[in-house]
Amino acid sequence: MAKINYVTLDNKKITLEGNSGSLMKLAKDNGVKGIDGECGGVCSCATCHVHVNPEHMDKAGEASEFEKDLLELNDHSNEYSRLCCQIQISDDLDGIELKVAERD
Amino acid sequence: MGAKNSHLNSCVIIGANQAGVSIAFALREKGWKGDITLFDMDPELPYYRPPLSKSVLIGSESLGDHALKPIHLYKKENITLKLGHKVTSIDRISKQIFLDNGSFYKYDILVLAMGGRPIIPNIPGLKNSESIFTIRTSRDTIAIRNTLDKSEKRRALIIGAGYIGLETAASLIKLKANVTVLEKEERVLSRVTAPHLSNFYEFLHKRNGVEIFTNKEVIEVRSNSSDKEVICSDGSSYFADLIIVGIGIHANKELAEETGLEVKNGVVVNDEARTIDKNVFAIGDCAFQYHSFYRRYVRLESIQNANDQAEIAASVICKQEVSNHSIPWFWSDQYDVKLQIIGLSEGANDIIIRQENNNKKKFSIWYFQDNKLLAVQAVNDMKAYVIGTKFIKENTPLDKSKLRDPDVELKPTNLKFM
Repeated sequence: MAKINYVTLDNKKITLEGNSGSLMKLAKDNGVKGIDGECGGVCSCATCHVHVNPEHMDKAGEASEFEKDLLELNDHSNEYSRLCCQIQISDDLDGIELKVAERD
Repeated sequence: MGAKNSHLNSCVIIGANQAGVSIAFALREKGWKGDITLFDMDPELPYYRPPLSKSVLIGSESLGDHALKPIHLYKKENITLKLGHKVTSIDRISKQIFLDNGSFYKYDILVLAMGGRPIIPNIPGLKNSESIFTIRTSRDTIAIRNTLDKSEKRRALIIGAGYIGLETAASLIKLKANVTVLEKEERVLSRVTAPHLSNFYEFLHKRNGVEIFTNKEVIEVRSNSSDKEVICSDGSSYFADLIIVGIGIHANKELAEETGLEVKNGVVVNDEARTIDKNVFAIGDCAFQYHSFYRRYVRLESIQNANDQAEIAASVICKQEVSNHSIPWFWSDQYDVKLQIIGLSEGANDIIIRQENNNKKKFSIWYFQDNKLLAVQAVNDMKAYVIGTKFIKENTPLDKSKLRDPDVELKPTNLKFM
């Protein structure tokens, strides 16, 4: 069980609990605004782009080359960018904070 | 926001699919205070369709993993689902829709998200025959699985080598089926891509054990006691335990046509997704929409288009600022190959193939109309996809000779025409 904190574009903090599946799915199932996951979680669309709290980057792990390439030219991308469909929930994520990124 | 449309009480949406569900939630987000009711013939909780030919068909994921929204969110947002009901007609004068069970519902705003239905060609023996399938609903996918599992020889024959046919072929191979694909044209994916990509996919499928035959026009299907025989115009025939037809869809536009709305390839709408009736909108696969980027009418079958049109129509209905049309994008996953497409290649008169060094399975196809980039199809090549997206969006001139040269790294600054 991990507590996941999402911060939406209007600065609302939503804390959810999850055991498995991706951070995108957890957000979608609970109606977190701005996380759409249009491609269904296959790293094709960047509609689940978040900025991980800089202090929590190690929890999120390393992005794949494919994911990095997808975010590279995104106007709202920075060094804390991740696609949350590519992060699977585990106990290690407990307490992580993700801010929904603006859409290009 | 609610005040501006407070006299509007009821929004009825025909089609609880990607477009329909998307607009229902978008309306709430934008401040629609009235009722929202979604109607669909499909009795299942609305689901995401792309996995029907992939993970759900294989069985690695269930339909439940792909609900568009969990049921509690419909309750929370006060969105009513009327599933398992067929809408039989629309009366735009009294603003009502009628159902097959005799009931009717009034609307102030009507959204047509009626989707499409698979085309089944008029071939003797094909219609009304058992063991003939299409892939559009969850029921179709389950039926294919069940029929395959019951057949001893596991012979599946797919008519049509478009995306749906090829994705299905790749999934059925994983299910240890013996898969044959018959394509009427001279190459696979002929409607949507250049020969280079067709050859790549034909080889990919053959290497994975699919038998693909092109220039095969099916003229008859015979049902024998133990199997089906598919006969082609050149006299060849193929035997199968189940047949899947994947040659495209017809837009569901009849309800619109019968109520006097303008209909062409789909329900005709302007760039705001509105029909000639100011209270009626059409979105998703059924809409034939004026696209502000391409400056022509297009009917697109994609998740992104369904969501974008839902967003646009919801903004218009709620009198909010309307965003621009985005460049259409698509994707297809087959085996370990990821294809991503940005833009529409129609009208291209110059095609550049860029093959990356040291990786035969990483390349991209760039479609130009003279010097204007129209579309990019990227195979296992995310960089090509995102750079193509940027160049199309910004309409930046591109140096074709550098693009063609794999020794020039794929970077926007390298490719800009100086």
